[in-house]
Amino acid sequence: MTLQLATPPRHASPKRARPGRRMSRFDLRGMPYLLVSPYFLLFAVFGIFPLLYTFWLSLYDAELAGDREFAGLSNYAKLIVDADFWNAVFNTVGIFVPATVPQIILALLLANALNKRLRGRLFWRLGVLLPMVTSVVAVAVVFSQLYSRDYGLFNWILGLVGIEPIAWQNEKWSSWIAIATMVDWRWTGYNAIILLAAMQTIPKDLYEAAAIDGASPRRQFWQITLPMLRPTIVFVVFISTIGGLTLFTEPVMFEGEQIMTGGTTGQYQTVAMFIVEQAFRGSFQIGYASAAAWLLFVLILFGTMINYWFTRRIGGAR
Amino acid sequence: MTNHKRRLAVSGLLVAALAAVTAACGNAETPAADSASDAPAEPVTINVHTFGGGENFGYDAAVEKWNAENPNIQIKYSNLTDRFEDVFLPQLLQRLQAGSGAGDIVGIDEGAMGLMAARPQFFLDLGEYGLQDRKADFPAAKWEAGINADGKLFALGTDIGGMTMCYRKDLFEKAGLPTDREEVAALWPTWDAYLEAGKKFSAADTGAKWMDGPNTIYNVILSQEAPKNGNVSYFSKDNQLVLESNPAVKTAFDWVQKFSQEGLTAKLQAFSPPWNKAIKGGDFATMGCPSWMLGVISGAAGDENKGNWDVAAVPGGSGNWGGSWLAVPKQTKHPKEAAEVLNYLTGKEGHVAAFKEAGAFPSSLPAQQDPEVADLKNEYFNDVPTGKIFSDSVKDLQPVFLGEKHAQVKTAVEKVLEGMDQGAVGYDEAWTKFVEAGVKAAG
Repeated sequence: MTLQLATPPRHASPKRARPGRRMSRFDLRGMPYLLVSPYFLLFAVFGIFPLLYTFWLSLYDAELAGDREFAGLSNYAKLIVDADFWNAVFNTVGIFVPATVPQIILALLLANALNKRLRGRLFWRLGVLLPMVTSVVAVAVVFSQLYSRDYGLFNWILGLVGIEPIAWQNEKWSSWIAIATMVDWRWTGYNAIILLAAMQTIPKDLYEAAAIDGASPRRQFWQITLPMLRPTIVFVVFISTIGGLTLFTEPVMFEGEQIMTGGTTGQYQTVAMFIVEQAFRGSFQIGYASAAAWLLFVLILFGTMINYWFTRRIGGAR
Repeated sequence: MTNHKRRLAVSGLLVAALAAVTAACGNAETPAADSASDAPAEPVTINVHTFGGGENFGYDAAVEKWNAENPNIQIKYSNLTDRFEDVFLPQLLQRLQAGSGAGDIVGIDEGAMGLMAARPQFFLDLGEYGLQDRKADFPAAKWEAGINADGKLFALGTDIGGMTMCYRKDLFEKAGLPTDREEVAALWPTWDAYLEAGKKFSAADTGAKWMDGPNTIYNVILSQEAPKNGNVSYFSKDNQLVLESNPAVKTAFDWVQKFSQEGLTAKLQAFSPPWNKAIKGGDFATMGCPSWMLGVISGAAGDENKGNWDVAAVPGGSGNWGGSWLAVPKQTKHPKEAAEVLNYLTGKEGHVAAFKEAGAFPSSLPAQQDPEVADLKNEYFNDVPTGKIFSDSVKDLQPVFLGEKHAQVKTAVEKVLEGMDQGAVGYDEAWTKFVEAGVKAAG
């Protein structure tokens, strides 16, 4: 009547339990870090290190393949009063607004339309995403041809209506519009699909209840869809802001050559182009360019905070 | 049981992954170790990096000949890009600073020679490989520019620009202007006469413009005026910015403004895709042509335009625009072989081959005097005796001093000229903006 069965396993288990327990403790606690580490190792090497090195370099009066002299915060002081830098900021914000605002509004409307019961839904949804598949450089090159002063398609169309050919690269407003169309064309579909995916998670009962209460589709959109979409809209606006403020490829390709001046008098030079111009063209001032890079970072922080404040107010304060 | 199996599987996977990574890293090491010990048996590859549009440096034939005759030293010739100031130069500086990636031999344009001479730490002292003896081959200023701040020889000259005026024979005919090159040269002995000829051409309404844009004509006139003003351009000989005070710069600027105001330009930026297209399409009738421009034109215009372009003497007398050097970065793994190849490419054979291929007029005296060069006719340009024309053009040439930041100032001020020509900068404020841009670029 003794519990003979219990004893033999107990003899063997102390020897096997100790390494087993350590292994399983590592498995539980340590393994997650090990599995996530590749990303963070890469991020540390290619993300954090350049960030810190750039800041360190911005404290020097440094020239590419040249002398390096400690200068403290004088690069930042010089930047704040540099008219070219503020011109670049002005251009960046100026391109950012027509590139982001219509894009997100259009994406919302598109997503709303794609959410309805359409014929060939998959075809429409994929079609809207197609511009994303093309390479940014290829898009920019083709659009730049379309906006060419002498042989471009848009000037030809304007000519049909009797308008003089516009030298798109010559003015601020025309170059901003041209670059903004490139960005809008590419990213509207992407944002639409993200918003569509979010829209489909909104429970149908809300719409049914609203319909029973007599709400029109427009009212449903403003009172149900938008507030429920708020987190996604915040995400979309954040990503667009960061992309818009660091805009680089499209204006560079618009210029035709990699001169980085953004037009003959800097009509469409963005801050990213300004940084490259300071570092790798002209006087090869990499210290100054590094300071500009950090100021761009501050600008982006600022921009995203403003956007967050705006988007918080969608669908009433929460 | 399953816990144990899973643990084994995970640890097995980790070990396999680690092994694969170390094997991949390890493989990269072994070939290098082998080649070091096998040095005489394996051919040494010397990478030559150059820049430029069209036929650029024109070393294809010379390289082929060397590779056939020297199996143990093989040259790999790559023309990295069309554009020197915006692409080749920043890339080269990055690679020099990083200590790897630059070719074993690199081409350097005259505009950046001041910059490179001020950085002796990056280049090989060619004197250590016996190239000091080449001094007699080169005119004094071409040799001097290759001496760096430490007094060591670091670069030898390749071509020298000289100056002529290229014109479209077919467009001249359409406009009722003479087409024979002697007659054309008689048409424009001075820049005023050139302006008048331009007005006559515009009145004939052929659909083409008289000239391409501001950049080329500006550099032509500047290179002519500089010798009349102490042989300096943007910088005085002690590296002070004289952009505003040098009459040569103001004269060149004034002429460009006049041509632009008369509507004689096609408003193109030189060395850009629309400019290349315009050369091919015959959108303008004349363009300043240093010797290397002939290669650019024949490359851009293509075979279908053979015989349409011709060469005449330039208004206002001779001048020199452009010319390059070859140097060896110190980071090269084969200094001795690189110096040998550089000696060949800048020797008489290399220069003559380059002239035949790209029209780049040799800067070395023996090559200039070689009958092959002196009697050479350029087939593409209606058999014009380029050898004779450019020999005459460079005979009494006084090379101009270009300061350390010449390339930077040049790019910045030319941007303002383009803006003025294209209408982004008003004519009355252009000179102020021009000076501003130059001062800013000089740092």
